[in-house]
Amino acid sequence: MNRSKWINLKSELFTNGLGVTALAILVIFTLGSVFAFLSGYDPNAMDAMARLTPPGAGHWFGTDDYGRDYLARALYGGRVSLLVGFASMIVATIIGVAVGVVSGYFGGWLDNLLMRMLDIIMSIPSFLILLLLSVFLKPSVGNIILIIALLMWMTVARVVRAETMTIKEREYVLYAKASGQSASGIIWRHILPGLVPVIIVGATNNIASAIMMESSLSFLGFGVQPPNATWGSMLNSAQGYIAQAPYLALFPGLMILLTVLSFNVLGDILRVGFEPKLIRR
Amino acid sequence: MRQLIVRRLLQTIPMLFFVSVVCFAMIKLAPGDPVLSFVTPNMHAEDIERIRHNLGLDKPAYIQYFIWIKEMVQGNFGYSLVNHQPVLGQILERLPATAGLMGSAILLAVLLAIPLGLIAGANRNRWLDKLINFISYIGISVPLFWLAILLMYLFAIKLHLLPSMGMRTIGVESAADVLKHGILPCSVLAFGFLASYVRYIRSSTIGQLKEEYVQIQYAFGSRKSTILFRHVLKHVLLPVITLLGMSMGDLVAGAIVTETVFSWPGIGSLGMTAVRGMDYPVIMGITLFSSLMLIIGNLAADILYSFVDPRIKLKG
Amino acid sequence: MTERLLSIENLQVSFATRDGENQAVRGVSFHINAGETVGIVGESGSGKSVTAKAIMSLITPPGRITSGRLEFQGGDLTGLSEKEWRKLRGNRIAMVFQDPMTSLNPVKKIGQQLTEVIRRHRGLNKGAAYKEAAEMLRQVGIRDPEQRLKQYPHEFSGGMRQRVMIAMALSCQPELLIADEPTTALDATIQAQILDLFKELKGKSDTAVALITHDLGVVAQVCTRVIVMYGGLIMEEGTVEDIFYRPQHPYTQGLLRSIPKRGGGSRERLIPIEGTPPDLLNPPPGCPFMERCPHAFARCSERPPAVELSPGHRSMCWLAESAGQQAAAVAEGGFAGE
Repeated sequence: MNRSKWINLKSELFTNGLGVTALAILVIFTLGSVFAFLSGYDPNAMDAMARLTPPGAGHWFGTDDYGRDYLARALYGGRVSLLVGFASMIVATIIGVAVGVVSGYFGGWLDNLLMRMLDIIMSIPSFLILLLLSVFLKPSVGNIILIIALLMWMTVARVVRAETMTIKEREYVLYAKASGQSASGIIWRHILPGLVPVIIVGATNNIASAIMMESSLSFLGFGVQPPNATWGSMLNSAQGYIAQAPYLALFPGLMILLTVLSFNVLGDILRVGFEPKLIRR
Repeated sequence: MRQLIVRRLLQTIPMLFFVSVVCFAMIKLAPGDPVLSFVTPNMHAEDIERIRHNLGLDKPAYIQYFIWIKEMVQGNFGYSLVNHQPVLGQILERLPATAGLMGSAILLAVLLAIPLGLIAGANRNRWLDKLINFISYIGISVPLFWLAILLMYLFAIKLHLLPSMGMRTIGVESAADVLKHGILPCSVLAFGFLASYVRYIRSSTIGQLKEEYVQIQYAFGSRKSTILFRHVLKHVLLPVITLLGMSMGDLVAGAIVTETVFSWPGIGSLGMTAVRGMDYPVIMGITLFSSLMLIIGNLAADILYSFVDPRIKLKG
Repeated sequence: MTERLLSIENLQVSFATRDGENQAVRGVSFHINAGETVGIVGESGSGKSVTAKAIMSLITPPGRITSGRLEFQGGDLTGLSEKEWRKLRGNRIAMVFQDPMTSLNPVKKIGQQLTEVIRRHRGLNKGAAYKEAAEMLRQVGIRDPEQRLKQYPHEFSGGMRQRVMIAMALSCQPELLIADEPTTALDATIQAQILDLFKELKGKSDTAVALITHDLGVVAQVCTRVIVMYGGLIMEEGTVEDIFYRPQHPYTQGLLRSIPKRGGGSRERLIPIEGTPPDLLNPPPGCPFMERCPHAFARCSERPPAVELSPGHRSMCWLAESAGQQAAAVAEGGFAGE
């Protein structure tokens, strides 16, 4: 990929107020969850005397039904949510790119087989499968990452396949073929670099959907198990105290919304930024 | 035309077959012994084996599959392992609640999304577009269960305007009561659909407005609103058919989380209970049923599309 | 024939791009008389299509008309409201476009699209508009028009669609028809048929035609006057005879050498013009053709004046001036802007 594309992208990102805000939110949340220990509270330390304290000076986000500091829990919960989102995206991207490139580059019966398989997997309602799998496998963070990745790679594969098919018709790839380069060499040197924009855009949107899936799972009680928090499981327990302590529901939901929103906004900006600019007459 | 329909119908048969195999295989490979749900502490090993035999679970997997498929074609989806009721009956009993909820949510979303998407696309990058665009960003990014909780808090707990749980007030049998219970879950679901529909229609409107024929309409003295409603609208409506086709699968099992939050007695809640109880015939039944609906929905959309789009008619 | 229908003075159009202003049209002045057929010739990027769009006020952001004055039938068009423009477009000034495959809305019937224009501008009711539409189709040589009106664009061939577009453009008897490369996207035989149609329609009506093309062969067949554009400026203007037999501007001469002549024999060599058109983001201050001109000399880096060689035949070239050909630079009504 050439330099001008990156410059283009940079200006697209920084001239867009929404983009800067999204980036800032993600940086703050990431730093917040990495340095969560600086909050000064143990997220799992219960305090029977301080149950359901509303937000205030001592506890900025208040405390939950066990008297645990809610800000600390939200920050530590962010760790899991962001980790799951990021890791699932990586796994899904690796599977999706592999399948997509193979399918798009080699075509023929292999492509046909892989794509029919995709059609079938995509016609099964995914959320039910997600629930089922999380019951079968023990709900550890690693398993949840795997399960979510398994439900997300198909869209990556589709997009990558289509893009591979256009790239492989370009002159430089045809030339490389004609000059006798091996298929793996062509894929590494010519196809994959051309796929970078699609992969980045897809990955950004996939982090958003992975975080969403994780929080839905955890909300239903199939995700990461207590006492460890994720934003979804915090909402699950907050539901029972909605009348007495509505702030318990407010904060984790807001954090999910802002995170997913930021990734979606960034994904769209990246998509526009990578688009070749039309030269006007 | 007829050929097209027949060909598409034939294509769905292998799809259905593989979907059923995948479902079956997944349940079979899963850990956990369904027989154990029948076991009480004072049973002997022979009793357990007898149950296993009665359920057909001692036969090889492929035989079990064929037995199951044969039964299913005859309308027998098996029996729940938990309450021993027929699966199909349970699904059909719950279907109206879910289909009604999802159907009205999708309908509401489409009816709102078409004007909103057109307006946003036609006013690209002006404040109205930015507003609509921002709201739809929130719509695709908000966890629906959280939105559900917030609305429940506001309208049911604070304002006491709407009921927060279930589908009927106990002892009350009236359509108005069901409607009142449906407002919150329906709005939540509709908001989710609305956001993605608006984004779709907006970008399709923007795409159409760039088309040569639109520029040419200006050269013939058309005003923007004429172009939008007489020319672009029809193009934009065509893909909505596809969107609706894709939503058919959601009609059955798309509302798991929302139904759970609002205790709505639909298929989503049924599925949740089944997952918690490892009730595999029920899970398999729901999965197959909604896959079937999705496949039929796509098929119907394709066929309908070919009727509505004049360009396809010629080839068919 | 000498009544002025349209005159344009010092038209300048530019497009805002990421890298700066693209000055597509840089000061163009010309006129079109009632009933005549004028060819506007140039390669892509010469500004001819942008000029056409500017005449109909169809320049949309990021493009804008930075200066210029338009007069139509003696009335000033500058500062007309969008509503007043809509009354002109398709009614008194109509346009036919390059690609008939994308010109019509694919999901609406031909009849709907034609009657929409007729009803809008002529206020006819549905039935009358339908009859009128059928009559228009018959005039442009489409058989069985009543049946054809009920069909969709994809049921028409490219040539037939262009006939439909021409029918639509002429349906309100405009005073001026702008045809932007109307035959470029068509096969050679269909091209000839459409040109014949133009000639035939010319004989029947007194609509003036501005034919925009890169094809001098097309111009020779149907036009009475020619305007040659290059780099956003008019290089030479004159009657067909002036341009084809007495071209003065080196660019026009180059253009003529690069097309096969009718009856010129197959042995004649075609000589392409070397080089590329000027960069309109930073246009050269002088003659835009200087870089590619075989006769360029020092003075060419200043913008040359429009020199009147004979009545109606003008060339924007220092050679024309220095050759001392009887005319002087035209101070007023000249077409070179400042």
